[in-house]
Amino acid sequence: MSVDIAQFHQTFFEESFEGLDAMESALLGLDVGAADTETINGIFRAAHSIKGGSATFGFSAVANFTHRVETLLDQMREGSRPVTQDGLEILLQSVDVLRAMLEAVRGDGALPDAMAAEVQGRLETMLATDEGGTVESEGDPQAAPGDGWRIVFRPHQHMLQTGNDPIRIFRELAELGELNVRADTSKLPSLTALDPETCHLAWTLELRGEASEGDVREVFDWVEGDCDLAIEPLGRVEGGGGAVPVAAQAAPADKLPVQARPSAGEGGSIRVDIAKVDAIINLVGELVITQSMLGQVGESMEDSPHLDVQRFEKLRDGLAQLERNTRELQESVMQIRMLPISFAFNRFPRIVRDLSQQLGKKIELKMFGEQTELDKTVMEKIGDPLVHLVRNALDHGIEAPDDRLEVGKPETGVVELEAYHKGGNIIIEIRDDGRGLDRDKLLAKARSRGLVPDGQLPSDADIYDYVFHPGFSTADKVSDVSGRGVGMDVVRRNIKALGGNVEIHTEKGRGTTFTVRLPLTLSILDGQLVRVGDQSYVIPLVSIVESLQIRQRQVSAIAGKAEMYKLRDDYIPIVRLNEVFGDGSPYSTLEGGLMVVAEGDGNRAGFMVDDLLGQQQVVIKSLETNFRRVEGLSGATILGDGTVALILDVAGLIQRFRHGDPSSHASSGPRADQHNAAA
Amino acid sequence: MTTAQSIDADHLNLAGAGEDQYLTFILRGEEYGVDILRVQEIRGWDNVTPIPNTPSYIKGVMNLRGTIVPIVDLRERFAMEVMPYGPTTVVIVLKVRSDDRERVMGIVVDAVSDVYNIGADDLKPPPDFGEVVSVEYVQGLATVDEKMVIVLDIDHLLTSGELRGVDRSAA
Repeated sequence: MSVDIAQFHQTFFEESFEGLDAMESALLGLDVGAADTETINGIFRAAHSIKGGSATFGFSAVANFTHRVETLLDQMREGSRPVTQDGLEILLQSVDVLRAMLEAVRGDGALPDAMAAEVQGRLETMLATDEGGTVESEGDPQAAPGDGWRIVFRPHQHMLQTGNDPIRIFRELAELGELNVRADTSKLPSLTALDPETCHLAWTLELRGEASEGDVREVFDWVEGDCDLAIEPLGRVEGGGGAVPVAAQAAPADKLPVQARPSAGEGGSIRVDIAKVDAIINLVGELVITQSMLGQVGESMEDSPHLDVQRFEKLRDGLAQLERNTRELQESVMQIRMLPISFAFNRFPRIVRDLSQQLGKKIELKMFGEQTELDKTVMEKIGDPLVHLVRNALDHGIEAPDDRLEVGKPETGVVELEAYHKGGNIIIEIRDDGRGLDRDKLLAKARSRGLVPDGQLPSDADIYDYVFHPGFSTADKVSDVSGRGVGMDVVRRNIKALGGNVEIHTEKGRGTTFTVRLPLTLSILDGQLVRVGDQSYVIPLVSIVESLQIRQRQVSAIAGKAEMYKLRDDYIPIVRLNEVFGDGSPYSTLEGGLMVVAEGDGNRAGFMVDDLLGQQQVVIKSLETNFRRVEGLSGATILGDGTVALILDVAGLIQRFRHGDPSSHASSGPRADQHNAAA
Repeated sequence: MTTAQSIDADHLNLAGAGEDQYLTFILRGEEYGVDILRVQEIRGWDNVTPIPNTPSYIKGVMNLRGTIVPIVDLRERFAMEVMPYGPTTVVIVLKVRSDDRERVMGIVVDAVSDVYNIGADDLKPPPDFGEVVSVEYVQGLATVDEKMVIVLDIDHLLTSGELRGVDRSAA
């Protein structure tokens, strides 16, 4: 077979990991004692396909291990073994082992031999403590494994086309014992009539060894229905004198596909809902229609070059339609990358279960909005920060059961995970009803670390924000789970790197809520084009609160420097973009000037611009690819006329302004000086 | 077919064993060279979008078929006097290696000159001028047809200082 089996590895791994996830969540959903047969069936099926797949690809360690898991599941499925807490525990551990094994064979890490051996030992012990079922569960009365088996294997002509390779089967058989293979070539047609995709051969195999009939049949599982198979015990009398023994190992060497592992991670594939694909196909169809319509208009213009109103309208209609098609197509294509957040949430029931046992706490996990969709890239990167936040909530947030009862709370703590869309963002909230943050303790800690100068009292929000400082932990003792103070700063940094932010709300004794805000996608944003000097900039529409004309009497300057604008009941700082960017002529007066009020990281500021241009969707291009990050800019985009426009990093600019550095570089340019002279 | 052959022959002719080809350009009357394999394309000067708060030798960024490419004025980079861009002013788009990635950048020069092949042996290390002239970015000097060609180390030149890819403010 010349088919390179390695090309299916990626798919196998993806399916297997999905299968493991499914097994895990189903196992967590199983009730001890009253197990739902359908659920067990589901788990069994997942295990079975992992076994089949790994055997096909030659990952025998995985296949062997899964086989034992499957046996246990089979007994549970048939009801011959009750579903016990112990059993579930072992099965969950088996899932871990399998996951580690699969990761190892994929090429990320070493085989978890020690762990596998331990869990396998426990599995076998459990299987040995027979509660009705035999170890092999094929049902039919098993002939005692005597000397071995004679197998007559006569594939149907089309078997090769189903992707099954007899060599692989034989190789597997050879692992069960000593194998002699005799091929029956009597059906072979003449060379001219030979169709290489048709199987004309039949085999008689003699297998010597301890294998049971079930073991042998299982090897042929995949070709069941594609062949005639007869298995009978090998007589004591030697048969087949004139057999031509062919050692199965010497079979044509299509090398076992152990190398050429596709590197795991970022560049993976994605499973797409058929409906989404159909939608795109429909849109492409419409696009083709629009194109032909425009083509006709163009042709008719060639015939008589002067433009009349009717044709002009047709052209305009066509272009409008084209615009709509393009936009819809773009949206649908973006949709492909969107996955429900349950992919990231799924791991939490397990984490919460394991961790609450470890911590000796009773915790219930509630999840809402698991169907909220999120860009795949964002999803992959948000997983770890979320895990950290949840672990944190379990460890620091929720109190021990006794402490809870003491303060009059129910013994079982509740951790809630919720995801929803708001504006162009996805919001993920992690709530616990635990003890909340201790403001005074935080403040004391911040003081002792020199973050707060003596005699200064920061606002509550600022105090809670110290949680995100590197090396800041409020846990009294360092535990396995958390408390080393490493992490929250990393969480914030990771989330910021995705263009989001994380906020904390807490009430002492009532609980803590972390709110993570993330952009839906990383590659497109709705932008407001503005003009500053002779350059166009893009302000992300999501961060814009409003745009207004400045009235001089609303402006006041603190210490003659920092200008503040009174916006209704608020004072917001004015950021003169022309100064920040050292670009364009300074304003002699603010009166009548345009100001875009924008919000970033919960802070507002007014950005003075020279003109408001249109709004449009822009594709974000990184400045870092060929250059580097530039402060105050989050990227660049290409406008319709081919020129580059820079995208403002609103949060970054406000941050810079708040830290008393409104025009750090502007002073290096001559324009700022001019302005100072004018002012 | 014939052209392809002649180019091929040409190539064989030019790039003999142990020789590399260099594209040279003019900067204030001097001839500078860069390894031709690093040259992606040569374009006329076009308006760029300036990037605020960067040194003036970074003219800005340009849209090169969908990629954002930073453009560096080499005269300003070498602190020579600025000259208004004229009809011969070109942007040489180069592939630059820094850290472990490849970046695309453009340099603005007075004019493109020629392509020479220079043997590795003919490339002399620059003399040490002490403090007077920094030869940090010079890979070597070569003499071609009695003229001196200054071969630049573009990787070093275009990835040091402000052009470094690493974001120093992140720390």
